[in-house]
Amino acid sequence: MDIRRFPGTRPIAWLFFAYLYVPILILIVLSFNANRTATIWTGFSLDWYRAVLSNNDILSAAENSLIVAGAATLASTLLATLGAVGMARRRFKGQSAVSAVLALPLVVPEIVTAVATLLFFILVGLKLSLVTVIIAHTVFCIPFAYLPIRARIEGLDPSLGEAAADLYANELVAFRRITLPLLWPGILSGAILAFIISLDDFVITYFVAGPGATTLPIYIFGSIRMGISPEVNAISALMLFISILFVSLSHILGRVTNR
Amino acid sequence: MLLDLPRRSPAVARLLLIGPGIAVIGLFMLIPLGLMAYVSFLDRGAYGGVVWDQHTVEAYTSFLFERNLDDSLTFNTDYLQIYLRSFLLSLSTTLIALLVGFPVALYMSLAPAKWRNLLVFLVTVPFWTNLLVRNYAWILLLRTNGLIDQWAAGLGLIGPGESVSILYTPWAITIGLTYSFMPFMVLPIYASLEKLDFRLVEAAYDLGATRLKALARVIVPLSLPGIAAGSILVFIPSLGSYVTPELLGGSKGLMIGNLIQLQFAASRNWPFGAALAFTLLAMVLIAMVLYLTRFRKLPE
Amino acid sequence: MTIKKTLKTTLAALALVAVAAPAQADGELFIYNWSNYIPPDLLKRFEAETGIDVTLDVYDSNETMLAKLQAGATGYDIIVPSDYIVPRLIEEGIIQAINTKSMENVGNVRPAFQSPYYDPDLEYTAPYMWGTTGYSYDADRVPGGEVEDSWGPFFKPAEELKGQVVALNDVSELYTAAAYYLGYGRCTESATEAQDILNLLLAQKPYLAMYQSDGTIERMIAGEVIMHQQWNGAAHRTKMERPSVTFVYPREGVPYWADNLAVPTGARNPDNAKVFINWMMAPQNAAEVSNYTGYMNAIDGSGEFLDEALKADPAVNTPPEYQDRLRANTPCSAKAIDLRDKVWTKLKK
Repeated sequence: MDIRRFPGTRPIAWLFFAYLYVPILILIVLSFNANRTATIWTGFSLDWYRAVLSNNDILSAAENSLIVAGAATLASTLLATLGAVGMARRRFKGQSAVSAVLALPLVVPEIVTAVATLLFFILVGLKLSLVTVIIAHTVFCIPFAYLPIRARIEGLDPSLGEAAADLYANELVAFRRITLPLLWPGILSGAILAFIISLDDFVITYFVAGPGATTLPIYIFGSIRMGISPEVNAISALMLFISILFVSLSHILGRVTNR
Repeated sequence: MLLDLPRRSPAVARLLLIGPGIAVIGLFMLIPLGLMAYVSFLDRGAYGGVVWDQHTVEAYTSFLFERNLDDSLTFNTDYLQIYLRSFLLSLSTTLIALLVGFPVALYMSLAPAKWRNLLVFLVTVPFWTNLLVRNYAWILLLRTNGLIDQWAAGLGLIGPGESVSILYTPWAITIGLTYSFMPFMVLPIYASLEKLDFRLVEAAYDLGATRLKALARVIVPLSLPGIAAGSILVFIPSLGSYVTPELLGGSKGLMIGNLIQLQFAASRNWPFGAALAFTLLAMVLIAMVLYLTRFRKLPE
Repeated sequence: MTIKKTLKTTLAALALVAVAAPAQADGELFIYNWSNYIPPDLLKRFEAETGIDVTLDVYDSNETMLAKLQAGATGYDIIVPSDYIVPRLIEEGIIQAINTKSMENVGNVRPAFQSPYYDPDLEYTAPYMWGTTGYSYDADRVPGGEVEDSWGPFFKPAEELKGQVVALNDVSELYTAAAYYLGYGRCTESATEAQDILNLLLAQKPYLAMYQSDGTIERMIAGEVIMHQQWNGAAHRTKMERPSVTFVYPREGVPYWADNLAVPTGARNPDNAKVFINWMMAPQNAAEVSNYTGYMNAIDGSGEFLDEALKADPAVNTPPEYQDRLRANTPCSAKAIDLRDKVWTKLKK
């Protein structure tokens, strides 16, 4: 008897992967469907993509999404990098508390974060706008940027930094010449994850978006409530492509560098 | 230059490095959460908003009691029922995810090493795709005359023109939630199974255990931390979900997330919304503390 | 890249974002309107004619709009509130005086709309569209091919329609319709009447596919459902694509509403907002909105620009025999609203 085999797990696993991917694949296939009534296949067409890419509302929503995701990624990755480097030094009192705070945005349900952030903005009198969206996104992107960087640091040989410190006698120079180049893959991978998470966020954005701050997910939510349409299929498929592209990139970065 | 400072004192250096991130989360997350707790003890404004200097526990009493026109209180189960529904839906989501997720994780952990990374990657990809889009895909499948109806009719399960009519029901919500959060169940279980020392299983077989016995007595107990972590990671976001009940439930049956949103939209009762959110947060934190005291490690 | 450079670029980028947002000043107009309620081409023409750049966000109910504004989404220049909510917006200082009477095109406003009860001197608002809320059904797919002109077939649907009926996800609209069906006022303060309304809605719920205000037109055209509580203009647009759809004026009473253009207190471009409001009171522009949305406007002289199909549709052009079924949406007391909200929560639990 092969003890490392459990009969029955294989078909379940295959069914599971089918369950994960069939809905997505169907959505992608249908986005290329020439027929207007979304679920009957009549032929291949790029019309809906053309319609999406020439729709000004969608383009401006995409622009907002990119501005938000770009700014939030920059800010959160910077904060996360500094934090990860700080946490990697000698152990200190309260380190686990700091860890918990850094992971907090992962633990708190999105709807709670959304409510709390909205109330905070109201209290301090900050008008809802694209800026409030960027601030909110930066906060919940921090742990997503932090974890890959931290993982990267854990994988490094600590003596490298020490040797560098001896060589250069200046921590900052050592950091710049040795640590940072070694960290880049982790930082990049973290930044990509932060970017996707920001690009995809709906609930928090929905609460804290102000005039003219409609992002792609908010636009898509509105469209889905309008009903099924080939345009929604196309824009959804586009979102899928972007996410899958970026997550593959991050994965490859992680694989290459963890060797 | 400011950045030269760190050399002198490691404590200062640490503060400069960790400080900004903590400050941002503290300012824009911890303080807001505290503020939310505070708002839940305020009086609601007549037409929305809050009265900042009027403190009351009305938001919490109104969770369980209804204030009659003559100001007396009667027990009211409306909100409890919404919480109960959310709990039941989240629980069934978690159970389904566990029943499917465990064998999948087991299969993955026993797969040849070269395949494992790919399998893990395949599990994570859907998580990184847009939640709205994933729910939308299910609308395409479940709608009247949608693909599931067409397939079911093709298989002769239902007559032509008939519908399985599952969209906009709690079933659709459960399907959507399971689909959305399944990776959170598979990955932690996989992580703990992968670390499992298979010589223990071997020993069990040597002692005459059957596969099922080995599974029940050795593998499952040893992967408990992963199972617990996965269950928490599926249960919590299900409990707070807003999008799935809205899109797949047809706004017919509220879950906690929708109830909270409603307080900030049509009902304009911020203190009550804050109280509901705070209750949800408290439940999440209790679950985390229970997990930590049992397994002494943050779920990964 | 060195760390200093990285830092610098990052900071520069952040600073850029920070200053870029508030710097939006003249030449812009932020409109917050109901979804699918203004023709995109008309906005393009407005942009071309005035050089003002328009940004459009949308909402699905008066309550959603009010909540967003109260939550600090100031900066919209134009909102489109319905009659009953205008007094509250004025009272709470959410909209500002714009003195519509001083605008060039105000003379085009029909006499009947010159002095609405909610803003007698047109100090805060200008009329946009008006219409009714009934329901529509697909005559090809209901038993007998016809339903009686009552709310009954909607609140107590035939068994064949189970799961094929949609109600608007709008507490004001649904509650009002239910109240009329039962012979109550929409602002009832009686707990027993509210209970009756709740019972009616609860009994209807199993027959509903969902509560949804967005996409009523698309849903009916696609044949996804058979019956839909609907605004008359939406019903008209549905019928254009699916001629078997009929709009019902229930004899128990049909809510009649009037939507208005208003300028929030925190508007960034109040002057552009006034330019827009005045522009919208020109007959041709108002007619274009009517042709697109399917609702009647309040502007004299727009008739000649209206599509014939619109004028010929009884859903839009209320036949004289139904005129006395229309009932204005008056504002309700806080007590009535509280009661209504409770019914809503109990309905959705």
